[in-house]
Amino acid sequence: MATLNIVNKSPFEKRTLEQCLSRIAEGDSVLLIEDASVVAVTGTAYAELLSGCAQKLYVLSPDLAARGLTDKELLGTMTAVDYPGFVELVTEHERVHSWL
Amino acid sequence: MEDEYEGGVVKKFLYVNRRAPHGTVYALESLETVLIGAAFDQDVSVLFIDDGVFQLKKQQQPEGIEVKNFSKTFRALEMYDVEQLFVESESLAERGLSEDDLLVDVELVSRASVHELVDQQDVILSF
Amino acid sequence: MAIELNGKSYETDEEGYLENLADWDPDIAKVMAELDDCDLSENHWEVINFLREYYEEYQIAPAVRVLTKAIGKKLGKDKGNSKYLYELYPYGPAKQACKYAGLPKPTGCV
Repeated sequence: MATLNIVNKSPFEKRTLEQCLSRIAEGDSVLLIEDASVVAVTGTAYAELLSGCAQKLYVLSPDLAARGLTDKELLGTMTAVDYPGFVELVTEHERVHSWL
Repeated sequence: MEDEYEGGVVKKFLYVNRRAPHGTVYALESLETVLIGAAFDQDVSVLFIDDGVFQLKKQQQPEGIEVKNFSKTFRALEMYDVEQLFVESESLAERGLSEDDLLVDVELVSRASVHELVDQQDVILSF
Repeated sequence: MAIELNGKSYETDEEGYLENLADWDPDIAKVMAELDDCDLSENHWEVINFLREYYEEYQIAPAVRVLTKAIGKKLGKDKGNSKYLYELYPYGPAKQACKYAGLPKPTGCV
């Protein structure tokens, strides 16, 4: 039943992340990639929202590293995955919804 | 064309439209993809959320900005057996729109029930 | 490519579809049909005119399945079937008739 939702826009620029979170089920997952990865760490204005999420949250670590954010602490609710981990997530879910 | 694909794999496709028409090419590209999915006899549904609900607004007159009025094509979807058009009520209300503003018959869904629709699909294509 | 008619030239794509919808007139359809060795009868025109109206209303060239169904609705069952339409348009009723009608190639036709 579960859907892997992929978000690639920073919530500081586009509302995609919040729009996604308002429409998914508890058992679904969200993977933050590209510019969305900037809110995977503590100290941002979205930390509270993402810490209170019932869904499993993932961030693509190469995107985090590319933005120089690996020196920050990941949110407690966030799991970092590498590219093979990304592939594994896709196979573990029944469908993928890439939010453009 | 129909005969060629008879007996082929039929999947449930949900096209998710989230952008207003005309400002970008997303809405038109989505519509073309919907028609292709339907021409290949797939089980096609379309969901309009966020600014995507503007795609179904009546009375669009994009000729003045030299854009094709593809909103008319939504009325042809029924003939392509795309009969399931879903619109999120909250997205309509936020934009001051109601079902009467739309150019086709749709099924309204609530924001909280969108995931139930998604759960029934094999493939999600977001535009 | 282009179609020459009365000293004027009308642009077409590599498959012979008219580039500019507004260029169309019945004489262009005739020239296109002649190139395919097709003599346009009343029955041919009925389909061409139907397609032009369909495009005006929906801004789309219908796929063959949709065309067949819609013709049946409008012109009767004896015309809304593949056999009748393929006899008129052996290259494929949607593809060939859309071309003569000055419409783009139907979406979903590969």
